[in-house]
Amino acid sequence: MTRYLIRRLFTLALTLLVTSFIIFALTNLLPGDVARLVLGRDASDTAIENFEQRFGLDRPPLVQYAQWLGGFITADWGRSYTAGSPAVRSLVLGRLGNSMRLAGTTLLIVIPLSLLLGVLASLREGSWTDSIISVASLSVVGLPEFVTGIVLINVFALQLGWFPASTYISNNMPFGEWMRLLTLPALTASLAITGYVTRMTRASMLEELKKPYVRTATLKGIPYRRVIFAHALRNALLPTIAVIALSIGWLMGGLVVIENVFNFPGIGSLLVTAVTQKNLPVLQAISVLIVFFYAFANLISDLLFALLNPRIRLS
Amino acid sequence: MSEPVISAKDLSIDYRIGRDWMQAVRSVDLSINPLQIHGLVGESGSGKSTIALAMIRHLARNARISEGRILFGERDLRQLRQREIEDIWGNQITLVPQNTMDSLNPSLRISRQMTEVTRRHSSVSATEAYEHAADALRSVQIADPEQVLSRYPHQLSGGMMQRVMIAMALSTRPRLVVLDEPTTALDVTTQAVILDLLRDLIKEEQAAALYVSHDLGTVAQLCDYVTVLYAGEIMESAPVDELFSQPRHPYTIGLLSCLPSTAEEQESRLTTISGVAAALGARSSSCVFADRCPLATAQCRTSKPPLEDTGDHRNVRCWRWREIAAGTITPFEPTARNITSSAPRHSRVLQVREISKRFDDSRVLPSLVNRRTSGVQAVRDVSLAVDTRSTFGLVGESGSGKTSLARSLLALVEADTGSIELRGEPISLTLKRRDRATLQNLRTVFQNPDDSLNPYRTVGQTISRTLRKLSAEPLGAKAARERVKELLRAVGLTDDYYHRRPAFLSGGEKQRVAIARAFAPAPALVIADEPTSSLDVSVQAVILNLLKDLRAAEGASYVVISHDLEVVSYLSDHIAVMYLGEIVEQGANKDVIHFPSHPYTEALLSAAPTPDPAVRHRPIALSGEVPSPRNRPPGCPFQTRCPRKIGTVCETDAPPVRTNEDGHEIRCHYTFEELESMQSKGPPTPPQEKTEQRLQRAENK
Ligand code: SF4
Ligand code: SF4
Repeated sequence: MTRYLIRRLFTLALTLLVTSFIIFALTNLLPGDVARLVLGRDASDTAIENFEQRFGLDRPPLVQYAQWLGGFITADWGRSYTAGSPAVRSLVLGRLGNSMRLAGTTLLIVIPLSLLLGVLASLREGSWTDSIISVASLSVVGLPEFVTGIVLINVFALQLGWFPASTYISNNMPFGEWMRLLTLPALTASLAITGYVTRMTRASMLEELKKPYVRTATLKGIPYRRVIFAHALRNALLPTIAVIALSIGWLMGGLVVIENVFNFPGIGSLLVTAVTQKNLPVLQAISVLIVFFYAFANLISDLLFALLNPRIRLS
Repeated sequence: MSEPVISAKDLSIDYRIGRDWMQAVRSVDLSINPLQIHGLVGESGSGKSTIALAMIRHLARNARISEGRILFGERDLRQLRQREIEDIWGNQITLVPQNTMDSLNPSLRISRQMTEVTRRHSSVSATEAYEHAADALRSVQIADPEQVLSRYPHQLSGGMMQRVMIAMALSTRPRLVVLDEPTTALDVTTQAVILDLLRDLIKEEQAAALYVSHDLGTVAQLCDYVTVLYAGEIMESAPVDELFSQPRHPYTIGLLSCLPSTAEEQESRLTTISGVAAALGARSSSCVFADRCPLATAQCRTSKPPLEDTGDHRNVRCWRWREIAAGTITPFEPTARNITSSAPRHSRVLQVREISKRFDDSRVLPSLVNRRTSGVQAVRDVSLAVDTRSTFGLVGESGSGKTSLARSLLALVEADTGSIELRGEPISLTLKRRDRATLQNLRTVFQNPDDSLNPYRTVGQTISRTLRKLSAEPLGAKAARERVKELLRAVGLTDDYYHRRPAFLSGGEKQRVAIARAFAPAPALVIADEPTSSLDVSVQAVILNLLKDLRAAEGASYVVISHDLEVVSYLSDHIAVMYLGEIVEQGANKDVIHFPSHPYTEALLSAAPTPDPAVRHRPIALSGEVPSPRNRPPGCPFQTRCPRKIGTVCETDAPPVRTNEDGHEIRCHYTFEELESMQSKGPPTPPQEKTEQRLQRAENK
């Protein structure tokens, strides 16, 4: 098991290294002269020279990459191209905190809701409850986030006025205020994932319920609730957990759209701004972070799977 | 007579098929008395499991009890509320299911799963429940229960799991234990031990039991009273001795006489029950067995016989039982039609020398990194010879390597070493290098025809494809069609089967098609791997007869492989017994069956359940189970279980091959004479095995 863990961590590091290279290469392949793109067509040659010197753009690409990578590892993520050249690291991490709050709230909605719905649908297989849950989860899976987002804003913010339509975050905001801000974006992000996870839970519950050990447990005379939760769900959770963990990776990408719809100050909206401003250091840092979360979620999913499954854990 | 523990009165059960309800069980009356082991036998579709599950009120969702009562003591189980039935389940009524592997929750320890029952039904502390579980395991002869309790199901072998299930089922001193084919998934030698254990424990705990099975052998060995089911109705019920010695219903008589037995004369045919089992919801205005009954009269087809109580604790549902009981009529004459035996010519059709096959664990980087290669030595130094027009039978339990050997002969896997000669010519061990003539002369019939028949081709297309691909001369479409029809007739199918697809055939019919295809290119040798193990006994008899007939008609030879000693012995001229990849004994059929020499063969023969309650004997109990081929014991492969083990020599030295003047061959450190003189002194006493060893093996599984 320890050897497995070490191997997996090693693979994770390797993945990050390779993707960081790809990200760096792609951003440097952007057509045109970065300095000119950032400073505008009318910028003077000296201004451009200065800019290139300041950000090291005059050096050969491989050297740039090595410096960038070295900086990244030693917590110096470079400086932003924007006015005042703020440090990329604090800029991105600050925004990341907001995004994590949003992602966390989303998971708080997704996990209990989808497990509940999935289990319910499986226990009532073929009934109206099951059909409604299945149709609903299928349809939200198909809806793009910007559509659900706009619909939610229209209904709950503009018409009912229960929640703000876009987000202004100030320091030391009270918790209740935070929650009010997070509700609509988190709901938007939850819908699609809940659909997926519900369907997965339902499918794996149905599979488990057919297995003979469920009959064994039932015929022990223990209450039905216990048979479902202590026996069947325990095993049905294995594949479900994998899907949840994978959806965390998806969530990081999905935030880009949602944050822009709600004007939410997270890494997603920062990423879009960075793209429009050709702000390469910020772009690179965020891309690497998203890849990291994706790979990390995968690792956690595999580890949980192994931990909960004695057949893997003990071999 | 005391009150029955449980009784079903006028029980009818329906299954939902699409939107309709079809009657699967009709008006069944069944009572189980205290201390009784009640056998419920029938072929597939007879409704035996449905009845058993209905009696413990645990029917599948798509089934319902349409009529009847189930009395458990005073109470009608159908009237109980969920909470009340939960108090009975696991406490007063328990179940030992068929499927050992999936019957325990894979992610919970055995201790948790066992204590759960005790804690549900009595107010004991966790420690007390644990002690109770340990005691229960001791009662099923697990010497080191703490070890087993700390394990997860996947760490136990099939036999061990079934012991756990039995211990759990009996740990609450239930009044009724339902045994649903509890040994079907186990090896013969393990089955014998488990049945023995069950019989003793049920009596000891003063429980009553309902034993559901398709296997008349185990029923005869275990039960006190037997009910025979056919198409959802009771045909006959009687105390076990009477049922087996004087069956009164034509169906019972047919079932009993279609079993192959080792005592059977080689040249005789098995009795068969023609036709197929009645479908769900069969008509109610005639005897359900009328279509297949040789004694059926006009009355049988127009009115349904009642289940008559004939006094003497017997019931029978047949208009003509009095005539049958009086002996004036017999439904299935012991057929005198002998099979024309074609004396084996003394030429060899197949000669196999020292075949070995090892399966290495696949890994990307072969043993460069890890020198200690792990793998399975599936077949080890097997030599055998098959005479022309004779049948070579191969018996073995799981892990014996019998199927790997067959696949090596067919080159479906490539043997590592050894040589094979077919009709005197050496043939390649690799499939790609085998020429057309070899493929034509060496055909096979697999266990499961579903896997080997293409569902999109009609029967005619399937057979003629093989025929045209492998025939020596090119065959015109018309000639091919004629030959296919001829083959279909030879396997007892009419011409109109030519255009059918496998989905419209029964299991027995599919196997006939598979056999017809095997014989299509007129092969010299047919290898049949468990040809009947997926079939009901009455269908099995038909297939076994067919195989015998075809051998005579087509002049082919067979290698027949089975775990079922009776099947092998019924078909074969020569028998080889395999254990962990080696042939431990081989010789002429009669010699091996009547004078088994090797200690393993001796135990295997004693473990086979005889379908005759009069010859109940204690099988020679082998300790533990077949070791995993992954951890083959050094020395003699049988030494971990051998009840006649000599001592360290068996653990260190591979035993020599000994041959006597009849060509009978064994691998043992004892000589024929020594073994014979030991056997004449009686069966061996089982050695007290150390638990560590047993667990070690369980772990290796
Ligand atoms: S009632 Fe008639 S058809 Fe039915 S078993 Fe008896 S003799 Fe045969
Ligand atoms: S060699 Fe020894 S262990 Fe093997 S069968 Fe003979 S007596 Fe038993």
